[in-house]
Amino acid sequence: MAMTDNQTRFQHDDDHVAVIIGSGAGGGTLANELAQQGIDVVVLEAGAIHTRDDFLADEWASFSQLAWLDPRTTSGSFRLAKDFPNLPAWIVKSVGGTTVHWAGASLRIQPHEFRALSEYGKVEGANLLDWPVTYDELAPYYTRAEDRMGVTRTNDIPGLPGNNNFHVMYTGAKNLGYECNTGHMAINSQIRDGRASCQQRGFCFQGCRTGAKWSTLYTELPAAIATGHMELRPQSHVAHIEHDAQGKVTGVVYFDANGDQQRQKARLVAVAGNSLETPRLLLNSASSLFPDGLANSSGQVGRNYMRHTTGSVYATFDEPVHMYRGTTMAGIISDEAHHDPSRGFVGGYEMETVSLGLPFMAAFFDPGAWGSDFTGALDQYDHMAGMWLVGEDMPRESNRITLNTDLKDAFGMPVANVHYDDHPNDIAMREHAYRQGSAIYESVGAKNIYRTPPYPSTHNLGSCRMSQRAQDGVCNGFGQSHDIPNLFISDGSQFTTSATENPTLTIVSLAIRQAEHIGQLMKEGIV
Amino acid sequence: MPSTSLSRRTFLKTTGGALVGTLAFASGPIALLAPSRSWAMPLDALSSHEGEVLLQVTKHLFPHPGLEDAVYAFVVKDLDRAAEAEANRTLLQGGVKALDDDASGDWLALAPNDQYLRVASLEGTSFFEKVRSTAIVSLYNNPLAFTHFGYQGEEGDKGYLYNGFSDLTWLPEPPQPANGYMPGEVPS
Ligand SMILES: Cc1cc2nc3c(=O)[nH]c(=O)nc-3n(C[C@H](O)[C@H](O)[C@H](O)COP(=O)(O)OP(=O)(O)OC[C@H]3O[C@@H](n4cnc5c(N)ncnc54)[C@H](O)[C@@H]3O)c2cc1C
Ligand code: SF4
Repeated sequence: MAMTDNQTRFQHDDDHVAVIIGSGAGGGTLANELAQQGIDVVVLEAGAIHTRDDFLADEWASFSQLAWLDPRTTSGSFRLAKDFPNLPAWIVKSVGGTTVHWAGASLRIQPHEFRALSEYGKVEGANLLDWPVTYDELAPYYTRAEDRMGVTRTNDIPGLPGNNNFHVMYTGAKNLGYECNTGHMAINSQIRDGRASCQQRGFCFQGCRTGAKWSTLYTELPAAIATGHMELRPQSHVAHIEHDAQGKVTGVVYFDANGDQQRQKARLVAVAGNSLETPRLLLNSASSLFPDGLANSSGQVGRNYMRHTTGSVYATFDEPVHMYRGTTMAGIISDEAHHDPSRGFVGGYEMETVSLGLPFMAAFFDPGAWGSDFTGALDQYDHMAGMWLVGEDMPRESNRITLNTDLKDAFGMPVANVHYDDHPNDIAMREHAYRQGSAIYESVGAKNIYRTPPYPSTHNLGSCRMSQRAQDGVCNGFGQSHDIPNLFISDGSQFTTSATENPTLTIVSLAIRQAEHIGQLMKEGIV
Repeated sequence: MPSTSLSRRTFLKTTGGALVGTLAFASGPIALLAPSRSWAMPLDALSSHEGEVLLQVTKHLFPHPGLEDAVYAFVVKDLDRAAEAEANRTLLQGGVKALDDDASGDWLALAPNDQYLRVASLEGTSFFEKVRSTAIVSLYNNPLAFTHFGYQGEEGDKGYLYNGFSDLTWLPEPPQPANGYMPGEVPS
């Protein structure tokens, strides 16, 4: 039985429902939070339902099953434009969104990071800004999100047991004087909230079959359906958002599973399609009243796209590691996450263990590679440990999502082009992170150390950012668009800056806070 | 090229060829999996000769000492599948023919190092890229390769919790609480 079989259904011309586009971290959480308040919600999700039983312990097959493979294009000097010109981002198109694929690392953004411009000062070539939300304002929502998601090392939840990859990182971290533990993970270390504990399968990126890892697919979405106030419509791809003569949004036009065009009326629309699709949808909704797209009077829709400064370090050892056994992100070092410009860059970075199975290792280790250096590394696959470096990247107006009108999707809509140039700060940070990551493994006696370039972006942020003043961004501190009171941004696109930390805990916290605000606005009759 | 071999090529193209071989490492992990030491990979679009050349080209691009030809044959199999499309067939057959033509008709007869140099000089051509990009997936995405390189693939599905996720013994065990807790274990 599908989770949607007995759900409440709403009419297409029912204009009292809130429409949410996307069922991932932002959309799925918002849907549940609204439904719990008794607000009627329709969630339109482009992807199909794939349940835990459908997940595959096979990297390429799982990728074909779950990834967003509709066309996208790239430009700019970032290496992905060369390595994966049509796959700038690794995002899921499935009920649950990218929370199906995610690794579960759940870190709070540090207080000073919400004040990036004030703390770092103006950075040439960057469009830094302070968030219109402070850490203290968000803190209670972080607490609720951590409880909801079952984040380890919060709420008295024990840390996950460390795997082999962690043991290598831990030893190296200690050698360098760093702290290291098995992290704050939204993965059950013990049975909790009706979900099993982690079996250390190592297929977190392929969907968690045990349900130990939090995903909206089997937490927020079924909980929302159970209230009787939410209808989930899978395989419903929204093409554009409509508005009335006063400039308020009135509903959306989407294509259903049969490719038939449908129109759903709405009292408000919340967009949570992840940071490439959200601005694309606003731009594709241009009209005579809003010729540059919805919510775009500032011209900031699509701009300031961020993807974190990333890279990986893999190292080989005389003795076996089998890094692929167990949780993909099994250990975290946060000692470089602070802001210390004496390192030659502003902001900070995290070091987190990562592992890839043999098929993905071959594809992502050094894209385009061939020859004996490459094969020499793979020959040591079972003796390899790995870490992912993830740090704050600079928002830049020129790093942006635009419409590529030369290329249309299956519904005839222009696709997203992703333009990105690394800022000198990103490059300096990546270099520092590569050096420290290498030093960690050298101290454990590594034979070979390899620097792996960024994977297709897993963290996509900022393309409809929050700002205090309307001219600096797209939405206010509650994700409500500056231009249109009943249009909300509810995913990682809201981020004013990327901060250092993996973004999902913050996306979920913002969604909980936004839901409360929407409930208030509805009571006041504003939306 | 003399017309007799041309017609032979055409003949093979319509009936398809095959790759055959014998496992080189009788006691290797792959031999333990295989039902017999000899193996065969039938081809539909490519001739046996084309298959052999492509196998050798792949070995030059991705040299793994000790990796059985039977694993490289997966790449040829996928190239053969791709070659069912006319454009790919023209590309692959043209690439093989160019290698042969440049080597007095038989590139396979060249010394390995000479073969390698000629393949390496093709970097950037669509023939080279077709073989490389197919191999990067096919060579490493099959159970024989998993066994060879020490990746347990689908075995992980049931979980390594009681089966080796933290069996590393060459480093000291990290202390708790940093190292976390097993399910049911209560932090003291
Ligand atoms: C391999 C991997 C590992 C990761 N690990 C971590 C981690 O450890 N920690 C962390 O914090 N984050 C991690 N992330 C990132 C995390 O998954 C994302 O930050 C998060 O899921 C983003 O939430 P979102 O709501 O913005 O978008 P998503 O979760 O991507 O949801 C967007 C949804 O909208 C749908 N959609 C898009 N356009 C339309 C449309 N036009 N109509 C209808 N539906 C549409 C999509 O199909 C999708 O389901 C990881 C990501 C990946 C890929
Ligand atoms: S390692 Fe744990 S969290 Fe990851 S997929 Fe397996 S059971 Fe789920």
